[in-house]
Amino acid sequence: MTINPKAVLAAAVLLLAGTLTTPGRAMDQLDAPETVTIDALADLYKPVEFSHKRHAQLARCKDCHHHTTGQQDMDPNCVRCHAQSPETGRVSCQDCHIKKQFYPEQVIAGNNPNIYHIDKPGLKGAYHLNCVPCHIKKNAPSECDSCHALTDKGRDFFHVGGEKNGKAGPAKGKDEHAR
Amino acid sequence: MNKLINRRGFLQGSLVASAAATVSLAKKSEAATFEGYPNAMGVLVDLSRCVGCRSCEAACNKEQNLPAPAKPFNDFSVFDEMQHGQKRRTDETRYTIVNRYDIPGREHPLFRKIQCNHCQEPACLTSCFVNAYTKTPEGAVIYDPDVCVGCRTCMVACPFYIPTFRYSSAFHPRIMKCVFCYDTRLTKGLPPACVESCPQEALTFGRRSDLLDMGKQRIRENPGAYVDHIYGEHEAGGTAWMYISPAPFEQAGFDVTVPKEPILNYVKDFLSIVPMVLTIWPALFAGFHLLATRKDKMEQQKKNENEGEV
Ligand code: SF4
Ligand code: SF4
Repeated sequence: MTINPKAVLAAAVLLLAGTLTTPGRAMDQLDAPETVTIDALADLYKPVEFSHKRHAQLARCKDCHHHTTGQQDMDPNCVRCHAQSPETGRVSCQDCHIKKQFYPEQVIAGNNPNIYHIDKPGLKGAYHLNCVPCHIKKNAPSECDSCHALTDKGRDFFHVGGEKNGKAGPAKGKDEHAR
Repeated sequence: MNKLINRRGFLQGSLVASAAATVSLAKKSEAATFEGYPNAMGVLVDLSRCVGCRSCEAACNKEQNLPAPAKPFNDFSVFDEMQHGQKRRTDETRYTIVNRYDIPGREHPLFRKIQCNHCQEPACLTSCFVNAYTKTPEGAVIYDPDVCVGCRTCMVACPFYIPTFRYSSAFHPRIMKCVFCYDTRLTKGLPPACVESCPQEALTFGRRSDLLDMGKQRIRENPGAYVDHIYGEHEAGGTAWMYISPAPFEQAGFDVTVPKEPILNYVKDFLSIVPMVLTIWPALFAGFHLLATRKDKMEQQKKNENEGEV
């Protein structure tokens, strides 16, 4: 089992990319990198330092990686096809969830009648749709600015005036507006 | 397309000729529903995903070069703003807004993004005497300020209260509303700015027909998570922007009384337009005059082009 978390970090992928475990054994959290810098979408916001280690202690692999790590996802919509799915070669979010969601290539690809996943979120959607509900449920921070610091471009975008503290929105009132 | 134009032409003609005849004819008219352009695009808004971050409002403001907002787009106190007992509405400075709905019995509020729904058979279009509106094959309902005479019929006709009037200049009437990022994005096959900015993918952009499949799949595969209805599949004759919701639509501020047929199939065309004809007579004639001169202009242009080719 060889892993190089640094390489993963450098490539800025969310999770361990190609390395395979011994055949027949499901991946476990030891196979995963400790921290990941999520900067694939950084533009209005600064990159996010994601502690994979900490999250791997709090959740099961399948909670984020679905069926790809060899753990069974018992969601009735998934087991219809993935009840016996072995772990896959690539398990990083952006291996399946594309950055350019809703761009022409993707819209055209949706035309293929052989595609079952007609409604697969893009990368940004996949992160938020997976992270936010769990953060809310577990009372973890769920305001925009609890994970994201605005860049200058982001401050212009949101028309934030005044002192530049790199914070998005009112910092108080935790979870006041999130659902 | 033919049907659209025919019916619109028919309406204009009959308004001038005889309002009474309009009603009897309209009832017989077979042009009841225009199924829409086959590859028209749309957006499916999933209320269960929206967290009210207002990124879409900010993106729209930037894309459409709208005036700076009174409060930053990440100021969430706007959700408590009320005007005349109503929640915020779109206007000439903001083509889209997000409102919060605190629904009794629900742990978290719902947020609803509002903008032009880009109807399949837009009432704004059918009601406009000077053809200022166009429904494009891509699905957008766009507007041409050059021919608009400022009569504001479209504002009355729209079932969703979307077109707003820019009062700042009395001599250059201009209706302001969402154009689906038509010129800057849609024609290039790109998703509208709001959709691209949404972190939650609460806004799904795609072919309208595909979106209906997706919406139905989400409802089917998540039992109990949604009300079994896609708002906009049939409302107002079908709209390009459609919604699914975890709570009954009326609780999230939707008008559930909007008819399931195109608005101008309705008696509304008779009841509201006849008195309007009387009140806006001058504007109407100005419109016809404009139309006529515009046609001349276009013919002249064509002639010039043809000459250029030779
Ligand atoms: S929502 Fe209103 S403005 Fe938009 S297309 Fe429909 S009738 Fe026209
Ligand atoms: S950007 Fe998306 S999540 Fe945020 S308010 Fe708009 S629709 Fe809702």
